[in-house]
Amino acid sequence: MFGFSRAQLISLVILIAVVIAAPFFVYPIVAMQVMCYALFALGTNLLMGSVGLLSLGQAAYFGLGGYTAGYLVQSLGLTPEIGIVAGGLAGGLLGAVFGWLAIRRQDIYFAMITLALAQIVYFGAVQLTGFTGGENGIQGIPRSALFGLFPLANDHAIYALVAVVFLIGVVFVHRVIHSPFGQVVRAVRDNEPRMVSLGYRPASYKRIMFILAAVLAGIAGGLKAMVMGIQTLSDVGIATSGLVVLMVLLGGIGTIFGPIVGALIVIAMQYYLAPFGAWVIVIQGGIFVICVLVFRRGIVGELAYRLKSPL
Amino acid sequence: MTMTRRTVIGGALTMGAMTALPHARARAAGNKQLTIGVCSDFSGTYSDVGGKTSVACVHQAIEDWGAAAKGYDIKVIQGDHQNKPDIGAGLARQWFDNGVDMLIDVPNSAVGLAIAAVAGEKNKTYINTNSATSLLTGKKCNASTIHWSYDTYMLSHSTGGAMVAQGGKSWFFITANYAFGQLLRDQTSAVIKAAGGKVVGDVDYPFPQTTDFSSFLLQAQSSGAQVLGLANAGKDTVNSIKQAHQFGITQSGMKIAGLLIYLNDIHGIGLEIAQGLVLTESFYWNMNDRTRAFTKRVLPKTPNNYPSMAQAGCYSGTTHFLKAVDAMGVDQAGNGPAVVAQMKKMPTDDDAFGQCSIREDGRFMCASYLFRVKKPGESAIPWDYYDLLHKTSAEDTFAPLATEGCPLVKA
Repeated sequence: MFGFSRAQLISLVILIAVVIAAPFFVYPIVAMQVMCYALFALGTNLLMGSVGLLSLGQAAYFGLGGYTAGYLVQSLGLTPEIGIVAGGLAGGLLGAVFGWLAIRRQDIYFAMITLALAQIVYFGAVQLTGFTGGENGIQGIPRSALFGLFPLANDHAIYALVAVVFLIGVVFVHRVIHSPFGQVVRAVRDNEPRMVSLGYRPASYKRIMFILAAVLAGIAGGLKAMVMGIQTLSDVGIATSGLVVLMVLLGGIGTIFGPIVGALIVIAMQYYLAPFGAWVIVIQGGIFVICVLVFRRGIVGELAYRLKSPL
Repeated sequence: MTMTRRTVIGGALTMGAMTALPHARARAAGNKQLTIGVCSDFSGTYSDVGGKTSVACVHQAIEDWGAAAKGYDIKVIQGDHQNKPDIGAGLARQWFDNGVDMLIDVPNSAVGLAIAAVAGEKNKTYINTNSATSLLTGKKCNASTIHWSYDTYMLSHSTGGAMVAQGGKSWFFITANYAFGQLLRDQTSAVIKAAGGKVVGDVDYPFPQTTDFSSFLLQAQSSGAQVLGLANAGKDTVNSIKQAHQFGITQSGMKIAGLLIYLNDIHGIGLEIAQGLVLTESFYWNMNDRTRAFTKRVLPKTPNNYPSMAQAGCYSGTTHFLKAVDAMGVDQAGNGPAVVAQMKKMPTDDDAFGQCSIREDGRFMCASYLFRVKKPGESAIPWDYYDLLHKTSAEDTFAPLATEGCPLVKA
């Protein structure tokens, strides 16, 4: 149904149930953070899984989305949905420019170009204090009313917004991967010369995927800025780029639900291990090493392999 | 769903996964429970001027106030904001949502301001004793926030003014490039210009990742300014002054104006290098019998680090918070604006700061002291570092009310 396999359909139902039940059992802010990062990771997985390109600069789009949304809502007094959409557009525009540059190379060169471009964005964010607030960030972003009608100040109200955007994102990513377009992209990944000989232009397909990933990152960044009420340099730095790659790897490259599980594990770790302060990063590194050594397909990837069904 | 937050949190607790968390608690009848959160820097630049010693001062305040004898069960939790505003704001939000009644300390003005926004939104008591920015009682003030100990206005006018009065007319600034450093530099520049001096140069360094100040110091040296203004704090100040000494900047006659130096920094620099520095604090442990008595009590909890004004502020602020809560009833403790209003109504009195008060914009009003650091031979006992030069009354220490644009103050 709708291109979902049986296992995927069951997983989707479970996911929706968990999303609905979560705010009554866990701290809603953490649940929302998980969904924001999951959306971000879903986009990154479009690149890593479908196109087979490792980007080390996804935080640039995530951060720009957050700054755009934060600036529009706080300084210009616009409503959150405009901020979030503008965040997605800003991410997409930046992705269009950077993608145009980066997809000319592959493998490590691609990764390095994305990393370098993202660092430019980071240092731009440090310097452009009028827009980003520099080291202070954009503070006290108000949770103003959605469409000017529905107040979001209550945690559960904004949770509903995040949940809806997130679930739409999941279905959207699934559609992209399982569309004819997505199949061409996968074919490009597996055998690019053959696709060229069949008359496709691989570069256009890669570029579109790159932009889609950036748009999702921008939307996720905008949502996160609305939830947390603050947008800072942490979200645009290299650590965040690494974090999202970790989420995808941990959950399972090329799976639909992997990035979500990855985001859940990483954010939950950050939350529950917070008393250890800066050591969290070391622990994350350790988990990354274990993951790569023990189950290279990632958690959901391994599960899908055992079940012999894509997830 | 008709679940209340309490049942939700209770449910979450029974899941057993939240062992590392500040536990939410139900306020049981007859048992007066409070939770105080110390949000500080436990690992970075400001860990000596906040961190463990701040926690010790909060515990000391609870002990001295006699919480146990008064039937109170007070829990103190702590969290490391790592000098990142997003982490600090996230932590504060989580604490307030999980039943923390009061949040205290918070070095780093960027984090301090971010948490003030959260405290204002959540209506929870927030006592900042460790950020410098005067915006906390200016444009960014709110009804749940009190700013203790000191601010950038006091530092710029007291230390900055004293340096200009000593004949330091041309200045070069080395500034920590975030809320605190920028504001301190701007306010000090205004003081310098008002006194007929001039600022010949300024270099902003990336905070908090800078530890090597050599290139900035060389720029300062080549500027030919009479005074090197350090608009930074904590280990950054210690490093700047030590490195300035290594480069022979101080020996060549350039004076250093450390605009924010704590006692802990002087200890880190050592009297050999620090001697003669002029600085301002609103608390010094060896000031009078009461401050010495307080320090003697708290030292066993923090044996290697004497409290500075920011940490003594944690003692003073916690003491006053407890008095206010006790006066209005513990069931009101979670209502930030009410607690803060009560705190503003009552005069403060404790061993660290003596008798002071809190102004309607949330400014803790206490006198400040201009000190000069002793020469190595003059220091008779451990941590005896300061000679008092001048006392400034509370009214002259801080910006006059309603001049800083705080919306709480009706002009």
